[in-house]
Amino acid sequence: MLRRIFSYSGKYKKYFVFAALCITAESLFELLIPLIMADIVDVGVVTGDRAYIFRQGGLMVTAALAALLLGIGSARFAAVAGQGIGANLREAEYAKLQQFSFANVDHFQISSLVTRMTSDVTNIQNSISGGMRPACRGPVMLIAATGVAFSINGELAVVFLVALPVLAACLWLIITHVRPLYAKMQGAIDLVNRIIQENLTAVRVVKAYVRGDHEIEKFNEVNTNLQTQSERAFKLAMTNMAAMQFVMYGTILSILWFGGRMIDTGGMQVGELTGFLSYVLQILNSLMMISNIFLMLTRSLASGKRIVEILDEEIDITEDQAEDIRVEKGEIEFRHVWFKYKAEAEEYVLSDIDLHIRAGQTIGIVGQTGSAKTTLVQLIPRLYDISSGELLIDGIPVQKYPLKHLRDSIAMVLQKNTLFSGTLRENLLWGDKDASQKEIEEACRIAGADEFIGRLEKGYDTEMGQGGVNVSGGQKQRICIARALLKKPKVLIMDDSTSAVDTATEARIREGLAEKLPGVTKIIIAQRISSVRHADQIVVLEEGKIRGIGTHEELLEGNEIYQEIYDSQKEGADL
Amino acid sequence: MARYTGYKRPKNTKKALEELFRYMGYHKWLLLIVALLVLISTGANVAGTYLLKPVINDFILPGDIRGLICALAGMGIMYFCGALSTFGYNRLMVKTSQKVVGDIRRDLFAHVQKLPLKYFDANTHGELMSRFTNDVDTVQEALNNSFTSVIQNSLTLAGTVIMLIVLDRGMALIVIGFLLIMFAFIKWNGKRSKAYYDRQQEYLAGINGFAEEMVAGQKVEKIFNHEEEDMKVFREKNEALRKVSTKALAYSSMMIPSIVSLSYGCYAVSACAGGLLAIAGRLDLGTLAAYLVYVRQSAMPLNQFTQQVNFILSALAGAERIFEMMEEEPETDEGTVRLVRVDRRQYAWEDEAGNRTLLRGDVRFENVVFGYVPGKKVLDGISLYAKPGQKIAFVGSTGAGKTTIINLINRFYEIESGKILYDGIDIRKIRKDDLRRSLAMVIQDTHLFTGTIADNIRYGRLDATDEEVVKAAKLANADSFIRRLPDGYKTMLYSDGSNLSQGQRQLLAIARAAVAHPPVLILDEATSSVDTRTERLIEKGMDAIMEGRTVFVIAHRLSTVRNSKAIMVLEHGKILERGNHEELLAEKGRYYQLYNGMYELE
Repeated sequence: MLRRIFSYSGKYKKYFVFAALCITAESLFELLIPLIMADIVDVGVVTGDRAYIFRQGGLMVTAALAALLLGIGSARFAAVAGQGIGANLREAEYAKLQQFSFANVDHFQISSLVTRMTSDVTNIQNSISGGMRPACRGPVMLIAATGVAFSINGELAVVFLVALPVLAACLWLIITHVRPLYAKMQGAIDLVNRIIQENLTAVRVVKAYVRGDHEIEKFNEVNTNLQTQSERAFKLAMTNMAAMQFVMYGTILSILWFGGRMIDTGGMQVGELTGFLSYVLQILNSLMMISNIFLMLTRSLASGKRIVEILDEEIDITEDQAEDIRVEKGEIEFRHVWFKYKAEAEEYVLSDIDLHIRAGQTIGIVGQTGSAKTTLVQLIPRLYDISSGELLIDGIPVQKYPLKHLRDSIAMVLQKNTLFSGTLRENLLWGDKDASQKEIEEACRIAGADEFIGRLEKGYDTEMGQGGVNVSGGQKQRICIARALLKKPKVLIMDDSTSAVDTATEARIREGLAEKLPGVTKIIIAQRISSVRHADQIVVLEEGKIRGIGTHEELLEGNEIYQEIYDSQKEGADL
Repeated sequence: MARYTGYKRPKNTKKALEELFRYMGYHKWLLLIVALLVLISTGANVAGTYLLKPVINDFILPGDIRGLICALAGMGIMYFCGALSTFGYNRLMVKTSQKVVGDIRRDLFAHVQKLPLKYFDANTHGELMSRFTNDVDTVQEALNNSFTSVIQNSLTLAGTVIMLIVLDRGMALIVIGFLLIMFAFIKWNGKRSKAYYDRQQEYLAGINGFAEEMVAGQKVEKIFNHEEEDMKVFREKNEALRKVSTKALAYSSMMIPSIVSLSYGCYAVSACAGGLLAIAGRLDLGTLAAYLVYVRQSAMPLNQFTQQVNFILSALAGAERIFEMMEEEPETDEGTVRLVRVDRRQYAWEDEAGNRTLLRGDVRFENVVFGYVPGKKVLDGISLYAKPGQKIAFVGSTGAGKTTIINLINRFYEIESGKILYDGIDIRKIRKDDLRRSLAMVIQDTHLFTGTIADNIRYGRLDATDEEVVKAAKLANADSFIRRLPDGYKTMLYSDGSNLSQGQRQLLAIARAAVAHPPVLILDEATSSVDTRTERLIEKGMDAIMEGRTVFVIAHRLSTVRNSKAIMVLEHGKILERGNHEELLAEKGRYYQLYNGMYELE
């Protein structure tokens, strides 16, 4: 896992090395200072040599300055390295996200995807930037101090051989036990967040039904659960400190005991014992540092795992079979197409769809809520892949087209229209980023958007706001149609995309499309019969199956479902 | 959607601290014990170092093994107590901090429930969410570690400085001087890095918003092959964030090595000065050695402290934002009239004096003026009435004010002037909860909760029986699709019911209103995503639901509203036409035009 994360260090790799070098050098300088110090007292003061004292003092200050420079350097390099790898991870995640199919997106959730790109990466960054110093310092200090300790008295240093494994065992126990606890805590956090999120989005429902107290009750339950879980996890993690102290104090006492005995038998000098003790403290301190890193890593590993999950998600819509071909005419054929969203789902969403649409035809699709109309058309630009059967465009299976070319030649206006922050023009340019003003105006005219754009104060430069909050539903739909037209597609799919447009305007749009884009295959999903009655063929869907294909007149004649839909709308208006 | 309005600078740190202490005050006995244990633990640690000298001098040097055993046993007991205290205070502190954080979360959530809708309109979900997650987290982090650390380090620092002064006053000045420099440096550096951290936060929020918008609009992105362009924008934002956060981090992590080096400088100067004084005979060697040990020690707590400074600062900023939110004005509710049950089917309004008015569902607007933003009127002098049992419909283009009228009836927003009367009572006199309980609302955007289908329907009335739930679902024509789901009524819904179609969700929302069974029903585009055929099927059920109730309907489709008692055509916050279907058609006005658009299907 760690190696995986670090493989994203890219061009910042060298900064890791620089930082490590700086920290190591800094630690060495720091080790040097007490030695110089000892000389001041032992040599300078004893001989009364003032010049020597000043010289050594100067040396110490120089060493301190060198350590300072190295320290600042290491801070800078560690920051560059940590933030660099973070930026790389974010970019890699975003790039991967762009390849995601909707099945992939559904696998996670939007909010979770975003957290994985932000908070989780921040966690990793923090533990790298914060962990580098102790991670490099700890071992340096450990090795240096152990070396010195052994050189002072090898026999006494054997105490370490007992203390170290004990400490290591404690740490290992804590870390292995705390990891599942952290995982549980994360689960509890998710529950809490979910309730908050739901209450924020559904605040109107909660208020309308006066369910505040009910929600608070629900929240208190998960909140208490989170409290218990995190208490458990942190309590265990904190035991680290006490364990450390136990070992440290035990070591000090043992050294005093064994050292005392040695001095008694003449095997050791008093000065050596005090020196030895100070190094022992140094060593144990480094161990403490190292153990803290392990704990920090344990926590950020959870974040690492969440990031890697995204990076490793298998993309299920691929271009394996792509050849260098383009859609030329826009003829579409479904041959016994079956589809379900998840392989493990029991029922098919679309069953045995057999449908032939000639280039340039206008096709209407009607059917009840949930009859899989949208699903059907989403298969064409490969937003989802069919489960079995064949889907051909111009007689060639869709999988053989490069995704870019396939989607370039198919324009789709979605049921749930999305505009992005930016101006109206910027949004339209999504269709064709090189579109001229004339082309834009033409597209807007066909889409029936010209009349209201003309009335907007800033015209095409009107700011849309996130999700297009600054225009009405019907206006948004027309902008989305214009945006799709700018792509100059071979196939135009409109998924219930004029539902908020009044019928007169809708008729104008329909006429415009027929007149200006005669060669384009048009597929129109609609609730209103009036939207599709002029189509060359109308497909009646029910529960994912085709229940009738024909013209308005033919269906009215012989299709019961179509008649029912027609009657329901006619009667509404007929009274 | 997370659109951040920019990072707010902390304004009132003192207030945040006070509030935080208030929360900690609920557990003051625990905290007192923690402080005591910290004292013991620190004491044991310091005393242990201090005792090394006498142990060596008095027992090891003279070779007094028995004395050594006793001394070591004494030290052992002391150390044991120290380590045990560490163990104890860590656990207690975790317990306390989790309690404090849990309390804060609980109170924050409860407060959010009381906030008016205006607040939710003005703040994005991302922002509000981050109070509960990021801000509470930082507070927790700081409480877990920093509280004890600060006590401990202040104690050690104070102890060390006192020892220095006791040993030699003149020399102590050097150390105190250096300590002051270090403090000044920490302050300066903190300020510097904070400016960068603020900007980092801003950029992070920017990336957050961008990613969220792009993921949400991914279908469009794919259809338009817009991936490359977006990647470019993302890269730019990402790089900007990287630069700022590198700077922020470089500054803040400079702190520790700088303090360490300064402390070595202090050490060097002290050593030289001490050496000179010793040569001059003003200082004996033993004192100098001890003194230098303390000088080295003096930097340690400060160093530890700097490590906590960042935690504490960001925790304070977080606490400030949390408490700021808790200070937000809750919904006003000065009403006193209550809703009481008369018998199985009847409710009544009861005022403070005990006078009862039967709840009938008579709603009147008198000259109501309202705007979401001051100075921008959405409703401009609306007057209307709905008699008990009448179905009133609103027709008009988006933004004409249809939904607004409905939002005023249940006091989601407060009117600017005019009056809304409910059974003759000014709605401001009715307790908000009771007012809303008397109205069932099906709103445009259906929201479902994580839980089973049955739970979601039961949201309308929590004590509804299973039979009542099924009956409501049947009325809403939702029963058939629910039965086809893998687990029927027990099917779990996740993340706002994303596994259902918009139409199916609307049916559930209608069932929810049906089970609530209130005297007044409000339907705001309740069937907009349901196809006309299904809508016709629901109609019968709807008629049963609506029977004998006052109903307000907003619909885009005129077929939905044509059988209303009165239809109001709204435009620009004014009622343009009113009357029933035939009257309005005869008037040949706006309604006639709208209707003719529809008529085209003939």
